[in-house]
Amino acid sequence: MFETLTEKLNKVFTDIGRRGKLSEADVDAAMREVRLALLEADVNYGVVKDFVSRVRERSVGHEVSRALNPAQQVIKIVNEELIQTLGEPAPLNLSGPKPRLIMLVGLQGSGKTTAAGKIGRLLRSKGERVMLVAADPYRPAAITQLQTLGNRLDIPVHTEAGVLPPKLAEDAMAKAEKGGFTVVILDTAGRSQLDEALMNELGAITTRVKPAEILLVVDAMIGQEAVNIARGFRDAVEITGLVLTKMDGDSRGGAAISIRSVTGVPIKLLGTGEGLDALETYDPGRLASRILGMGDMIGLIERAEAQFDQATAQKQAERLMKGEFTLEDFATQLKQLRKMGPLSQILEMLPGGMGQMARTVNPRDAEKQLKKTEAIINSMTLLERRNPKVLNASRKRRVALGSGTDVQDVNRLLKQYRDAQRMFKQLKKSGPRGLPKLFG
Amino acid sequence: MAENLLARWKTGLEKTRKSTFGRISQIFGVTQITDGTWEELEALLIQSDIGIDTTEKIMEELWEIESSAGLTRTSELREALKNTLRARLDTPPPLDLSAKPTVILIVGVNGSGKTTTIAKLGQYFRNQGKTVLLGAADTFRAAAVDQLQIWADRLNLPIISGQPNGDPGAVSYDTIQSAISRGIEIVIIDTAGRLHTRYNLMEELRKVYRVAGKALDGAPHMVWLVMDATTGQNALQQARAFKEAVRVTGVILAKLDSSARGGMAFAIQRELNLPIYFAGLGEKLDDLTPFDPEAFVESILEDFGV
Repeated sequence: MFETLTEKLNKVFTDIGRRGKLSEADVDAAMREVRLALLEADVNYGVVKDFVSRVRERSVGHEVSRALNPAQQVIKIVNEELIQTLGEPAPLNLSGPKPRLIMLVGLQGSGKTTAAGKIGRLLRSKGERVMLVAADPYRPAAITQLQTLGNRLDIPVHTEAGVLPPKLAEDAMAKAEKGGFTVVILDTAGRSQLDEALMNELGAITTRVKPAEILLVVDAMIGQEAVNIARGFRDAVEITGLVLTKMDGDSRGGAAISIRSVTGVPIKLLGTGEGLDALETYDPGRLASRILGMGDMIGLIERAEAQFDQATAQKQAERLMKGEFTLEDFATQLKQLRKMGPLSQILEMLPGGMGQMARTVNPRDAEKQLKKTEAIINSMTLLERRNPKVLNASRKRRVALGSGTDVQDVNRLLKQYRDAQRMFKQLKKSGPRGLPKLFG
Repeated sequence: MAENLLARWKTGLEKTRKSTFGRISQIFGVTQITDGTWEELEALLIQSDIGIDTTEKIMEELWEIESSAGLTRTSELREALKNTLRARLDTPPPLDLSAKPTVILIVGVNGSGKTTTIAKLGQYFRNQGKTVLLGAADTFRAAAVDQLQIWADRLNLPIISGQPNGDPGAVSYDTIQSAISRGIEIVIIDTAGRLHTRYNLMEELRKVYRVAGKALDGAPHMVWLVMDATTGQNALQQARAFKEAVRVTGVILAKLDSSARGGMAFAIQRELNLPIYFAGLGEKLDDLTPFDPEAFVESILEDFGV
């Protein structure tokens, strides 16, 4: 159940080997798996159908290249098609006369108000003078919610009691123009696309003011209905972009494919956390692998790179190759791992099977284990760290006592260290090929 | 009463019908079952967010019935589908409100509709002649406390509120203590929305749960997960994670008046054995009704325009 598409396709193709062309029967079998993977990712049934037929067309008769096995080739085609459907990321459109209006629309609970705050913060940091407008007179405390966010960000919020949203939007634009604001962000009430009166209200707003952007805010966890919801909003107003929220969850986010297929407008931003700075631009490749259940390896690598101390790493690598890897290096590496963020988040970014496995690890236990390891190494003398062989029974007892652990814990760490050392020695002998294959 | 309820379900879901009318009527309108019938049926089940696994199981069951019972007409297939769907949902057990006070903890992901649902629950229990106290323990989201406060004022229900960024555990403790001293029968505690993948936030929720138990032995007596009916396959992961963290005892399906059909209820019921207690069928306060599996299945099929 938790196999990745790669693993499933590998099974489909076991008999084919690496020669000839992909036959129709092979492709049929593969397409069944592709279809299931996409449906599991919440891509709409009809959208999947079209998508799979495109991939099939490209796959049949495709030369099996020597570099990739058939499974990898199909994945490559699927991935390319996904990336093409998702489209290039687009920046917010801030052209036109100031103040430019950004209008947020979407279902109840999709995350519009939080997105308004986040976008306000982002644009202000780029030098814009931002005003927020609370145009949700219906949900209790919706206005207070935006005001609270505005206070926290020190961004003014325009409200008017008893004024309906179309007039309110117009008033806000006039006020913004007078006040020298360059961007106005209009937070509208959540509504179902089936609610005719409220959908007409959106139309009424856009006859009074001319938004530079109308962003449809969509919860990444949404299911098959994404298609109809997107259609409903597209028919009411001219959507110019998408914001996918709650991307920090573990939904696969296939709705992005559905909505893109319906609206054709670019995905502009992703909401990735509770903090007001948790707003990211989007990368089609990363989202494609997420939809395929292949994890966010690029995100993981980026995170590692961002925290990695190049100089230290260089020095370590040199010593490593000389066979001088010590417990001190081990401790430094652990520290760098910790800098990448909470283990729970790092574990979530692992692909498919590994990600699922990782989810069974209690991140708190894992953190505890890391802390224990650090404590043990910190309780060693310099000599012991550089030459762990000197650790006899009495030294081990001292280290255990000093780190608040047991001699068993110390022994376990020493064994891990020896294993790692053995691996590096092997690596030195045979180059990277000597490493066990980590990623299928 | 039952008829009245069904009527409520129907009006709540009428909007849905309008938008997607007539797809299955094509299937079931034709008298003979063909390959096309099965394909369309699969499409409709999957598009209801029932999920691939459950859809496949339902299809297999129907194939078996078709061949063993010799079904040839689509109307017979419809009946079989209805029975199969119905058999996959339990009638929720009656609520045990014997504890005084009975403490209900409301949990869910961000934006699922917790606060609005609590207001509706408050009205529901009060209409049954119970005294109700609300606890606003979502101290995290901007203005969440104000939102529940406004509902409490409108409903004229007492409420204990937390300070912004205050300790949600303390709020739940105070709420329960206050209910005990005032002799209130039902306590409903609102918590901040959180994604089930956020370890620290789930830990915080566990703490709220534990603290409730310290205020009153056996509390919270019920933990209800509010789920947005538009949610796709992630619903099962959500429900599983919340169940593991705070022993969820039941589910409320909110926003069922949207165009979504809430099909993930089947997998949640089956795999996690969680009863679905209530359904949210609209924005008005009395648009929360006890979950009625008959009506739910009927409305899914009705929705298909038969």
